[in-house]
Parts: sequence; C-alpha cells; structure tokens
Amino acid sequence: MSLTRREFLHILAAGAAAGLNLEGRAGEDPERFYDAARFGNVHFLHFTDCHAQLRPIHFREPSVNIGVGAARGMPPHLVGEALLRAFGMRPGTREAHAFTFLDFEQAAHRYGRVGGFSHLATLVKRLRASRPGALLLDGGDTWQGSATALWTQGQDMVDAAKLLGVEIMTGHWEFTYGAERVRRIVDHDLKGSIEFLAQNVKTADFGDPVFKPYTLRERNGVKLAVIGQAFPYTPIANPRYLIPDWSFGIRDDELQKQVDLVRAAGAQVVVVLSHNGMDVDLKMASRVRGVDAILGGHTHDGVPAPSIVKNAGGRTLVINSGSNGKFLSVLDFDVRAGRVQDFRYKLLPVFSNLLPADPAMEALIARSRAPFEARLAEKLAVTEGLLYRRGNFNGSWDQLILDAMMEVQGAQIAFSPGFRWGTSILPGEAITFEHLMDQTAITYPYATLTDLTGEFIKTVLEDVADNLFNPDPYYQQGGDMVRVGGMSYTCEPGAKIGARIRDMRIGGEPVQADKTYKVAGWAPVAEGARGEPVWEVVARWLRAHKSVAPRRLNLPRLAGVEGNPGLG
Amino acid sequence: MDHLRRMLLKGAGASGALAVALAAGLLRPSRVLAAEWNKAAFGAASVPDALKAVGASGPADSKDVAIKAPDIAENGAVVPVEVDSRIPGTTEIAVLVDKNPLPLAASFTFSNGALPSVALRLKMGKTSNVRVIAKAGGKSYATAKEVKVTIGGCGG
Repeated sequence: MSLTRREFLHILAAGAAAGLNLEGRAGEDPERFYDAARFGNVHFLHFTDCHAQLRPIHFREPSVNIGVGAARGMPPHLVGEALLRAFGMRPGTREAHAFTFLDFEQAAHRYGRVGGFSHLATLVKRLRASRPGALLLDGGDTWQGSATALWTQGQDMVDAAKLLGVEIMTGHWEFTYGAERVRRIVDHDLKGSIEFLAQNVKTADFGDPVFKPYTLRERNGVKLAVIGQAFPYTPIANPRYLIPDWSFGIRDDELQKQVDLVRAAGAQVVVVLSHNGMDVDLKMASRVRGVDAILGGHTHDGVPAPSIVKNAGGRTLVINSGSNGKFLSVLDFDVRAGRVQDFRYKLLPVFSNLLPADPAMEALIARSRAPFEARLAEKLAVTEGLLYRRGNFNGSWDQLILDAMMEVQGAQIAFSPGFRWGTSILPGEAITFEHLMDQTAITYPYATLTDLTGEFIKTVLEDVADNLFNPDPYYQQGGDMVRVGGMSYTCEPGAKIGARIRDMRIGGEPVQADKTYKVAGWAPVAEGARGEPVWEVVARWLRAHKSVAPRRLNLPRLAGVEGNPGLG
Repeated sequence: MDHLRRMLLKGAGASGALAVALAAGLLRPSRVLAAEWNKAAFGAASVPDALKAVGASGPADSKDVAIKAPDIAENGAVVPVEVDSRIPGTTEIAVLVDKNPLPLAASFTFSNGALPSVALRLKMGKTSNVRVIAKAGGKSYATAKEVKVTIGGCGG
C-alpha cells in the first residue's frame, strides 16, 4: 500500500463529503430514507456477498477488524465508534446500526431486520426508476450460504438473481459447487440474462480464459466497460479438487491489458467488479491505470464512502458493499467529453421494514422454499445470548460450534474456519435448522477428528494468521482467524509469520511441540476427506441442550494492537 | 522470428520448452546435457553450495532479470514460474528454491541468440524465495520472489 497517513486522512475527508453529497437523505426520517436524487448520466447499482440470504436477517458487523502496517486505522479496518467518527455518523441512529456492532441487540429490536431479496428488489426498482439505464452488478458469493441454496445447488439464488435483474456477476463460493455445475449455470441458466465475468480465471494447462473477461455496454449514450475479477485464491481457500482444471490468481498485469483493451475500444467509464477483498482491491487500484472504480466484495466490509486511490493513470474509487443482502451501493458518474468528470456515492442499508416486499420476488422465494419449509423450521433450541459470527478472532456462533464439536466428538481442541458469512440471532429467539445451516451450508461440511502435534497446531495458526495479517495485501486471503476452542494463546498481529502465535495452553498447561492432541474440525479442503456433516453434529448437541446459555468466547490475548481503531 | 522463438519457449512447461527448443535447433544438445549433468549443482543441499557449483557465487541484484510467479501457490507440487532475462548476451539461467531440500531446480543454457526466456513448473515443499540467476559476459545477476505455500482452507 503506497498511501501515507496524510493521504489517507485526505481520502477519508473526500469520501465522507462525497457520501453526504447524495442529496435527499433526510437522516432518520423513514419516509425519506431512500430518497436519493439522480446525479450524472451513468449509474451502477452493486451488491455482493449476499450468501444466499433470500429473506430478511440480522447481521452484526464486527467489533474486531484489525489493520496492520499501512492498513492500520484505514478503511475497512475501522469498527464501532472509530467508524462512526471517520464517516461523520451519529451514534444511536439507524445508520449506526447498519454499519457497526454498537448496541446491537437493542438497535436490532428498534430497526428490525435487514436485507431480503423482496425488499432489495423494491429498492432496485425505485433506483432504476430514478436512474434510467442503471446497471445492476452482483459481486458473487450469491449461490452459497443457506440450506436452500445448498440443497438446490445454487438454483434458488440463480432464479432470484435473474428476477432481481442482475446483469453482470463474478464469483467465489459459486465455484464450490464444482466446475461442471458452474459451467452448466453460466452457459444455460444465465445465458441471455446475466454475464459471468472473470478475467483472472484460466485453464491450468494452457492458460486459456475460462470465462469472458469483460463486457462493453452503452447506457445513456455513454460507452462503458465492466471487467470481472473472481476471488484470486479460490483453489487455496476452498477445495482445489472441485475446480481442478482452473487456475486463478490476482493477475493485475493482465487486468491492465484488459483495461487498455476496453479503453481502446472506446469505453469512457471502466469499472472492475471484484471479489478480491478490500485490502487487495486497494493495492490493485494503486498498481493498475485507467479504472474509474473497483466495486468490491469478499471481505464483507460495509464501507460508507469510497477510498480514493492515486495511481499512474489518475485516481480509482475503491468501494466495498458489505454482505448478506444488507446493503446496496449506488454509484453515479457524470460523464462528459469522453471521461468521468465527477461522482456521487452512497451505500444504502436495506431495512426490510422501510421497503415493502416486492410481490413477484416474494412469490418466487415462497415457491423455492416450499419443498423444504418443514425441515428448515425445526426448532433445535432457544438461545439465551446473542449469536453472531463476524470478527477477526471469534464469534458466539463459532464458539457454540466449537463447544458442540468438542463435546460430541470428545476432542481437547477444536478448530472452526474463519468464515465471514453467517447471520445473527437475538437472545430469546429459537435456533432453527435453517439458522444452523446459515453457518454451515457448504459442499464439504465434513466434521473431522485428527491427532495433531503441538508443533503442527502452531503451524496451522501461524499460517492462517499470515493470511489475515500479512502487511502485503496480495498475500491475504480474506478470511478471519481460525476459531479455536479448548486452547488459549497470544496473538501479535504485527509480528512476522512464525512469531505471531505464542503461549499456547490447554487448561493452563503449555502445549508441547512433540505431544499429540485430539483436534476436532470441519470443512477440510483436502480431497478424500470425509465425515458426518458438521450441522448434524451441532444439531444433535442443540437438541440435547434445548436452551443454550450465552457462550464464553475463547479469544486470544492480543499483543501490540493497543489503541488500534479496528478494535471496538 | 524472434517473437516466434519467444512464444515457443514460453508456451510450455520446462521439459516441453526444452524439447521444443531442441527441435527448433535453438539449444545445442551437448550444452543441455552438460547442464543436466551438473551433478554437484543439482545435488547441493544449500543455496551457497548450489550457487558455487553453477559458478555464480555473489551475484549482483538486477531488475533486468524478471520473474513471474504467484504470490501464493495454488498447488505446491506444480508452481508456474516464468523467467526472462533482459541482460544482453545472457548464456545461462538457473532457478533455485531456497527452502527445497535440493535448492537448484533448473538450469538452462542459451546459444546462437536464443532468447533467455523460460516457463517451468516447480515443486515447492514450503514457503520460500524463488531465486533466479542469469549469467552474461562472465558475470552473474540475480532476482528473487517469495512464493507462499499455505495449508489452505479458512477463506472468506
């Protein structure tokens, strides 16, 4: 990252100002919450990482999202009050609830659920009415994250995205349905309605493109280009055997070639639809010329204003649009004399009770859920505490999964992957089978029990911590830290790989490098791994407990991050 | 013609590139065999020993030696690497993986104006620097790039 702290402060000021410029936002007046006057003549609507959440949900934003090195205190590594201050928002407001974890439970009761495709559809229709020719982009992680998406192999989401009017998408978890299923959907279901773009996916043998890299469109007399960038580390973060013949990677040199190509073809506006993760987007924006905006996702960062990154070709807006159907980005460009003159941007939270459900979408969702309703509705237990997942180190939902795995499988230690998807449940609510699947619905859900040496356990923790805290974003994979049950440790995010993790203990006793421990886990990426689906393990535990007491989070002691604005 | 040579050399894996280059008469078989038979270099268990054995101790860092490799390997067993030397008169290119048990992974000899550009797949046991040495006019030039080999999982 080549930004100095002073440049960053300038960016923040510019971004906040740009956000406020979108006229007609009347603060807390629910009637006028979505009034957003049109600006300019080219309009992009963008959502990303909805993780198959067709219906309204609660989603608690992180209280821990630490930035290290040059990323310290920069968006998206701001949480809670630091985030509100940086973007000029007032605590206790509807917006503060959308963008932060503050007073989550009370605010969730006051403002209700967020997202839901029926409500999103109404918002999209309104914005399309005020912005003729607006282009709707989906950043991916759309076909995965719910029971119905898993049981229909993504079909319910494909149908919903088509009805919503998505025109262009890219992907990540989509690939976990396997190459054949992805090809089938892209070549048949999406044909003529949604273009699936990915300039950075090539065949592993000859390096031929697997998907179309870009699309050229004309809107309101302006020629524009959208280039797709799928999640670069799919074969590493997810099982490679599901897409054995495809190679990914960041490939920013090839992105530059695509940008030059579409500019030469007359594109006056160029945007990249990216699933890089925001830190990778920021670095990419500093290295690639000629991109007006990167509309990004993957790291689930709901950032209220764009980061403006300078590069050799000018400046690039970097935008990340949150997750779980909770937000819709509105990016307006004023394009004259063949180039972008100015912009306005707003990340609109989707509050279900402010946006009436779109009847056609509501009917489609009801139809696709009908065969599964009974199974989804099973009440496994009632939660006494707030259940959520998101955060760098642990969440109460993950702690519940860890506790269940250790108890059911008789393990000393448990690992749960640092996924960033997964909805939240308020205290006193029932935990249904559907809720459990919101945390676990993947195509490789196997619960495992393995003997691991203390040395190997340390290697795993160091490896994952480096994916999260490597100061060079191009080495980051965009997940959170692996959640750990049964073992305490200290983590120093600013240290180098090999030195971040120390003082590992079980029941107060130091973990021995050469001793073997029983470790429970799930979601193995190795081919041939098998086991009971983790949701069966956790469901058994929940049914036996009936009422689940608030979880005691096993969090590492943190070193060297005192005062970090990514700590709430 | 130069462009075609370049394409030929870049278009295949290590053995493929060599085979194509041999067929095109770009590399003299005797020189290739000589490189393959540098037993001391390929058997060296440390980077300094391997460098010494290829006659490139203390190479100078150079931006004219370019290496293209992934930041994180998708599969440590086959890491795609492309190497180019822009140093005029390059006669040899050696590729080393610092942390492999036997660091020297490949050595190429160029003659008759063959362009010093190769693409190959490396096996990497763990995260390591990939080091490239180019020899020209009796001098050695080097560049390196770290390639991470991770356990995987836990993404997004």
